[in-house]
Amino acid sequence: MSKKVLVLGEAREGALRNVSYEAIAAAKQISSGGEVVSVLLGDSVGELATELGKYGADRVITVEHPHLKQYTSDGYGQALLAVIEQENPEAIVFGHTALGKDLSPKIASKLQIGLVSDVTSIEGEGDAAVYIRPIYSGKAFEKVKVKDGIEFITIRPNNIAPLAKDDSKSADVSSMSVDITNLRTIIKEVVRKSTEGVDLSEAKVVIAGGRGVKSEEGFAPLKELADVLGGAVGASRGACDADYCDYSLQIGQTGKVVTPDLYIAAGISGAIQHLAGMSNSKIIVAINKDPEANIFKVADYGIVGDLFEVIPMLTEEFKKLKVNA
Amino acid sequence: MNIYVLVKRTFDTEEKIVVSGGKIQEDGAEFIINPYDEYAIEEAIQVRDAQGGEVTVLTMGGEDAEKQLRTALAMGADKAVLINIEDDVEELDQFTAAHIISEYLKDKNADLILAGNVAIDGGSGQVGPRVAESLGINYVTTITNLEINGTTVTIKRDVEGDTEVLETSLPLLVTAQQGLNEPRYPSLPGIMKAKKKPLEEVELDDLDIDEDDVEAKTETIEIYLPPKKEAGKVLEGELADQVKELVHLLHSEAKVV
Repeated sequence: MSKKVLVLGEAREGALRNVSYEAIAAAKQISSGGEVVSVLLGDSVGELATELGKYGADRVITVEHPHLKQYTSDGYGQALLAVIEQENPEAIVFGHTALGKDLSPKIASKLQIGLVSDVTSIEGEGDAAVYIRPIYSGKAFEKVKVKDGIEFITIRPNNIAPLAKDDSKSADVSSMSVDITNLRTIIKEVVRKSTEGVDLSEAKVVIAGGRGVKSEEGFAPLKELADVLGGAVGASRGACDADYCDYSLQIGQTGKVVTPDLYIAAGISGAIQHLAGMSNSKIIVAINKDPEANIFKVADYGIVGDLFEVIPMLTEEFKKLKVNA
Repeated sequence: MNIYVLVKRTFDTEEKIVVSGGKIQEDGAEFIINPYDEYAIEEAIQVRDAQGGEVTVLTMGGEDAEKQLRTALAMGADKAVLINIEDDVEELDQFTAAHIISEYLKDKNADLILAGNVAIDGGSGQVGPRVAESLGINYVTTITNLEINGTTVTIKRDVEGDTEVLETSLPLLVTAQQGLNEPRYPSLPGIMKAKKKPLEEVELDDLDIDEDDVEAKTETIEIYLPPKKEAGKVLEGELADQVKELVHLLHSEAKVV
């Protein structure tokens, strides 16, 4: 049976996040030929709506309100519940982002339904859809089915491929007005710590440093390589605990879980807790002075050597590759 | 201040996961307090020490979870509650857990409820916010700083690496992110005292919950381990050649750059 699926689009600094398109692809599969309706919430998001159609949304509903300028679970919750009430979807898809993680349990609780969080792939379509998600920080996986009620999932960024962009397609865009009141949280300030744009959890390339980086300054060559590859810099707990970098960069069982196409671990020994945060990356490169380091066991390619020699050489080689490309 | 902390007993982070008969093998595994919940317990103790009041740690599970509750009491919590569902609930999901915990908390007039932002086993991060919603109170997730002044609460939270500074008020549920504090280790006197602290055990009957009301909405149909990675290729030769080879492999073989 085909299903009507509601998808939450997510914008950041005026642009749609990639996970919005990935969520549409997931919704298409769950819908099994049914309608995919994207929802955009914000104070001014109308201009972004057309883009969602090109990635497969059949319809886009925008809710614009001054109180939606910044995310709060109250504001977004009220807006989304109003849309859900109007649309009566049979399935809902969010990104498993900071926003999605914060908002989805509220909606699920309000509707008294199940919620399958952090889905990395979907098997089957429509009523037969089965959701696959990592458990024990990626040391195992589970397949989950929704027994009854609305199928509500959040998808992990970078795992479900978006549909190819089709400029000839467009979605019907409509706006809905929702009364948003009684916000219990007031956002005072947002301090941007994440560096220039590339979000660690969405990055296609991650260059991560461990204790072997030795100092805060030691991260500079990693940053340079990340810039050349359009990637993000991450770190092991060891590097964070030693104050070489901010905890916001930490990858592992506590910390972020990343699944980039390319993960370069520099000076990281590969403790089991670190592996939990990155072992599902597509390609893993290990650079470590210690040939016995555990990280080599999960790496696709390894270089035994000093990261301060290897990383700058890699940066130069990749620069050459870019010039020749 | 009446403070509750939601705690989960989880696998030790060092444990290897073994699946047999479609289930994660628990025999012989070490169990710990979910690491994120430790931050929540520590914060609760600090808030109580500064503001006065009482910290109650609450968990749901079986008899085995008593050990983790005792550890929390040894850290400095005042009371513990075990909602024992061993005999009543076979299949549970986040809906089930949140429903039962909310039923317990609904008449407790908690000013502040703390939990970890995610449990490292199931990893859904749902139960905290679901409980807050059921109780009709506000929640803030992934917090890295908490300041309470009367009923006004100022919070810093981690949003994918950025820091959001916000203001809200009690009653409130917060979920702890790494960086919130440094959880203390139980001291020897703490461990001795913990043995005498009250640990209440309740079952679904005591909460007037019918098993059917908490039937899981989702169902795990299979658990499996990720395919074993084959040992990778450690490059050899002059370092400069290794680097060239690596770039070539990433570009032409793996096709990731």
